[in-house]
Amino acid sequence: MSGFLLNRLSQSIVLLVIVSIIGFTVLNLMPGGPLAQFGLDPGMTQKDVERLAAQLGLNRPLWLQYLDWAWRLIQGDWGHSFRDGSSVLAVIGRHLLATLLLMGTSTALAIAVGTWIGIRGATHRYSLFDYCATICAMVALSVPTFWFGLIGIYIFTLKLGWVPAGNMYTIGDGSVMDYLHHLILPSLVLSLVHVAIWSRYMRTATLDALSQDFVKTARAKGVSERRILLKHVVGNALLPMITLAGMQLPSILTGALVTETVFTWPGMGRLFLDSLGYSDYPVVMGLLIFSAVLVVLGNLIADIVIAIVDPRIRLA
Amino acid sequence: MSQPPTKEWQVERQIVDLSKERGNAKSQRLESQPYDRTRLIGEDLPMASDVQAAVPADVALSVRDLSVSLPEGMERAYAVENVSFDLKRGQILCIIGESGSGKSVTANAIMGLLPKAIRVSSGAVHLNGMNIVGLSPIKLRSLRGRVVSMIFQDPLSALNPLMTVGAQIEEVMAAHDVGTPKSRRSRAVDLLIEVGLPDPQLMYHQYPFRLSGGQRQRVMIAMALALEPAILIADEPTTALDVTTQAQILQLIRDIQRRKGMSVMFITHDFGVVAEIADYVVVMEKGHCVEQGTAEQVLKSPSHLYTRRLIAAVPRLTGKDRVALQPADRTSILKVECLAKTYRSGSSFFGRQRIVAAVNGVTFDLASGRTLGVVGESGSGKSSLGRLLIKLMDSDSGSILFEGRDIAALSEAEFRPLRPKIQMIFQDPFASLNPRSTVGQILTVGPVAHGMPYGEAAERARELLSHVGLDSGAFDRYPHEFSGGQRQRIGIARALMFKPKLLIADEAVSALDVSIQAQILKLLDQIQRETGVSMIFITHDLRVASQICDEIAVMHRGHIVERGPPSQIFLDPKSNYTRELVAAIPGEQPAQAPQHLANP
Repeated sequence: MSGFLLNRLSQSIVLLVIVSIIGFTVLNLMPGGPLAQFGLDPGMTQKDVERLAAQLGLNRPLWLQYLDWAWRLIQGDWGHSFRDGSSVLAVIGRHLLATLLLMGTSTALAIAVGTWIGIRGATHRYSLFDYCATICAMVALSVPTFWFGLIGIYIFTLKLGWVPAGNMYTIGDGSVMDYLHHLILPSLVLSLVHVAIWSRYMRTATLDALSQDFVKTARAKGVSERRILLKHVVGNALLPMITLAGMQLPSILTGALVTETVFTWPGMGRLFLDSLGYSDYPVVMGLLIFSAVLVVLGNLIADIVIAIVDPRIRLA
Repeated sequence: MSQPPTKEWQVERQIVDLSKERGNAKSQRLESQPYDRTRLIGEDLPMASDVQAAVPADVALSVRDLSVSLPEGMERAYAVENVSFDLKRGQILCIIGESGSGKSVTANAIMGLLPKAIRVSSGAVHLNGMNIVGLSPIKLRSLRGRVVSMIFQDPLSALNPLMTVGAQIEEVMAAHDVGTPKSRRSRAVDLLIEVGLPDPQLMYHQYPFRLSGGQRQRVMIAMALALEPAILIADEPTTALDVTTQAQILQLIRDIQRRKGMSVMFITHDFGVVAEIADYVVVMEKGHCVEQGTAEQVLKSPSHLYTRRLIAAVPRLTGKDRVALQPADRTSILKVECLAKTYRSGSSFFGRQRIVAAVNGVTFDLASGRTLGVVGESGSGKSSLGRLLIKLMDSDSGSILFEGRDIAALSEAEFRPLRPKIQMIFQDPFASLNPRSTVGQILTVGPVAHGMPYGEAAERARELLSHVGLDSGAFDRYPHEFSGGQRQRIGIARALMFKPKLLIADEAVSALDVSIQAQILKLLDQIQRETGVSMIFITHDLRVASQICDEIAVMHRGHIVERGPPSQIFLDPKSNYTRELVAAIPGEQPAQAPQHLANP
């Protein structure tokens, strides 16, 4: 196990270096940049802009800028936002909790509902339920999320007035109930797609487990269908799902660009979009590295969990 | 921890035994039982008594005019039609038939385990005098594992990989509310001892993947015995096992059956197994029972034509050697010296590397036009050897001299022009043909890739198809339109497209029914006589090897432990391992093999 971990860790580091180089290069190759906004500003002379560039270190060659950035990163200095000068880690920290709240809720909801739909669809294959679930999943997957968001706001906010149209809390309130009230619509909209994906995978995995010989053995032993499902089928069906869950982890923390924008949710997705708009390169790079680390971590955690759950891997 | 069965257990046993006795249906003792399942028995028995008049007391299982219908659109309307037989108490009944004969469907019907689309359309199945056809799922469930239990062909996939052996055995008892967690545990350990597993305490905590095939099948048997059922149904329980393991498992089933007076319904396709174990035999063909009788009757004087054909098709050990085709030509086509291949897994950095010497110092030579059989059990390295010879895998050391040239050292690019001369016939005729290609494409793609004009390749393909016994219309059809035997003929035709010098057949007939097997062996023999191709015939089945090989090499743990003509291997084996292997062949005493059947 330790050998496996060490091996994966070294691979991950190489991967992170490559991702950061590509990200840094592409970002700086884009037309514009942090100083472009001053080009048409009558209050700024060319000299002012150059002074600013020197101050931010933007006048150096690109490779030097990258090395400087990477060296600081290794030492724990993620740099400072061009916008307000606060440290990148602090900026990320401010938005992380909001995203965690939204994505955590919707992912937990999606996994619970999706697992249930998937198992039921498999045990009642070709039933009315199964057909409905399949059609709904196809619709949820093919219609863009923002459409569901807007329709949700139209129906539940404008027409029915049940939930607020956006934001994470009402200014001046901020109680737990207020947060929950704001959370309902965006988390439901967000979980639609995830339920669709998760239930389809779970259905396939369950069908696969159901067709295994050990299920027949259990029936031959006189085990009840309920126990066969819980003890023999679901356990084996969930194994491949762990990998899928591992792949979900980064999105839980990096947020949903579209949904956060539609519901003006102050999370990581919106931070990323805003920072790109402002050419706030240190924050964008910080987010890039943050999500890359999460992707690596998510897969690693999934592999470790599988190794713990599956005796064939744990003990081999 | 292996305590004797607890008192509670013994009480349980009595109840189960009681329930087996007819007439004791509503005894006072039964009604006083706390367990739910006895209530179920109490309900079943009165109903059962209505119909049991027809079933004699010494019959444990009686199948009467059983018909099982298939869904519409299948090739036949019934999987099983009007099948009747009786399994007497304390006997072993073998149901023998080829694939598609309906033997497994019959077993599943008795267990109430038929898939939804397939149902019993008429007839009766009496278990201990009670007709189970039409019984509610709950009542059927209460019978399964308690009155009748079942073991399956593949013991690896039949065990849940995520549960320990002990937990899976206890589950049978828990499912029927028998005993306490503690008594179940000690019973599970007792059962592990009973089926002869080493270190039962340790075994109890093991996961199935840690066990060998034979051990897994023993666990399955332990599970089936947990509640001392009256009837055990064994569906090809030794088919997936090596011969020596098969012999042990057959012995175990025989022993347990005698000790417990259990009735066993044993499904097999192998007449050797029948000869070894059966008291009574039912022969099935295409859903019909064509013949039944005592083992002696059916084996010695079969009355039905199909049975006779089937018995004649069974490959037998021949004490005689094959008549060589061209005694004059003794040029060596293949000479293998000290060939070795070692598999390494895991990482050498962290000291958990596993090293398996799959092929270890193998040396042999093969004269042109001759057949060498490579025989061994799983893990003996016989398939690795085959892959080394055709260079699907590189060897670590040693040489392979093909027509005097060492091909072991050649790079893939250097070897490519030689590939057409060495061709392979694979085991699984279903998996080895691309389902999206027509037979014509499958046959011509190789030669065309090696520069043969398409027209010529197509012409040769049609010729070969009729040569291997298929009609020329096969050229434009897809693999799924053919049966297993026909597909293997396609596989052989494909290998012959190049006019190879050497054919490597890796378990080429293992997936086929015996009658088909005999035909394919005959075809291979005929092809060799016509084309003078040399053959390496890799198999786990000594009987098959003895049919077709001039010389046999017995492999064990990567080594060739013995080489010689079939007569020596079977009648006068030099190594202990070969002797063990020959002795383990079911239903076979080489010296007494009836000569008129030996070389059909």
